Amino acid sequence: MSESNEKKRGFWSEMIYNNPVFGLYLGICSTLAITTTLNNAIGMGVAVIVVLTISNIVISLIAPLTPDEIHIPVYIVVIATLVTLVGMLMQAYTPELYTTLGTFIDLIVVNCIILGRAEAYACSHNVAESARDGLMMGLSYTFSLLAMSLIRQILGSGVIELSNPMTNQLIFSLRLIPEGFEIPVFTTQTGAFLTFAILAALVSAYKLNNEKKEAAAAKAKADAAKEAAKAAAATAAKVKEAA
Amino acid sequence: MNLLTIFLSAFLINNVILAKFIGMCPFMGVSTKLSSAIGMGIAVIFVIFGASVLSWALYYYALVPLGLEYMKLICFILLIAAFVQFVEMFIKKNSPSLYKSLGIYLPLITTNCAVLYVALDNITQKYNLIETIVNSIAVPAGFMLVLVIFATIRERLTASDVPEAWQGNPIALVVAAIMAIAFSAFAGLV
Repeated sequence: MSESNEKKRGFWSEMIYNNPVFGLYLGICSTLAITTTLNNAIGMGVAVIVVLTISNIVISLIAPLTPDEIHIPVYIVVIATLVTLVGMLMQAYTPELYTTLGTFIDLIVVNCIILGRAEAYACSHNVAESARDGLMMGLSYTFSLLAMSLIRQILGSGVIELSNPMTNQLIFSLRLIPEGFEIPVFTTQTGAFLTFAILAALVSAYKLNNEKKEAAAAKAKADAAKEAAKAAAATAAKVKEAA
Repeated sequence: MNLLTIFLSAFLINNVILAKFIGMCPFMGVSTKLSSAIGMGIAVIFVIFGASVLSWALYYYALVPLGLEYMKLICFILLIAAFVQFVEMFIKKNSPSLYKSLGIYLPLITTNCAVLYVALDNITQKYNLIETIVNSIAVPAGFMLVLVIFATIRERLTASDVPEAWQGNPIALVVAAIMAIAFSAFAGLV
């Protein structure tokens, strides 16, 4: 994909194209496991945005000083420290959320998105660019979590709920599907896999469709160029004849 | 009896992939061929067993006496990375044939969240040494079981006519969903 092509896409298109979850299949463990409610998804998303942005900033700063042979252990220690900090803060201020998310907060350390961005982007770009990349990747991960959790919560329990993680008070609650008509399978593991499969197929269909359009446009351009070349050759021949 | 309960629960009921969604990355990555699924499974059993027993010892003999329990995440991840590196060098030197078949899977294991998960789980469940050993064998054995079944299904999938947008991972996830239904039947076992 060329640089100009990347630039042309809008914000949402970039979210879909460079989506780490549905496009690259990174960090799917937590996406499948914690997206049973909207609250969990937002909590996890914010934790990952914080860790990813700060780790990208720190790693872009220390990358020139790190010897090449030990860069992976160094990055892992940076990430593990940040995750421990975020975990402690969540335990102190949002204890309820911390208990529901459980080990998945600790497992942010081995979330491939974070080490992947450190390796692929932060170590070779400057601080501002790395921070922007971390924020974008984190947002795009959160966006996937939100999509999954909305589908699963609405179909599985029929209600959208959002509560304040600090005090555990309900902010709003809206019943979309009447009681007795919800599909409880969507709150189970099976529902997680199915929802993910459907969203992944949609992303893949969107990409295929776009690629076909791009290919068609490229072909039309090439045809037009050929025609123009032919016409130019013809005129050249005519000019020669006339001469 | 208690040990049997731990084993069955970790092996089938709370299967690491289908019930806990841990270790999904290698699950999607190496499950396209049966031979690589078996290789990955054996490597994972070996590494998880070694790394979790070592982590258990590190926690109870070093971190607890020093009052550094909050450092467990950083210590465990470093221990796992070092252990994987060490195993790789050891196998390379002593058994080149084994290295040839397992070598490429070893570096992938450091980023397998199942390794860190088992090490942390043994601590949160407050298992003693024997329970830790049983749990650290049962979890990766369950991982390998599902990986091998899944790989055989995916080998058949390559020959079937799947709609373009569903090819590759999306259809594999549908298969995983159906397997999760089958495995949820084990819930009443213990």
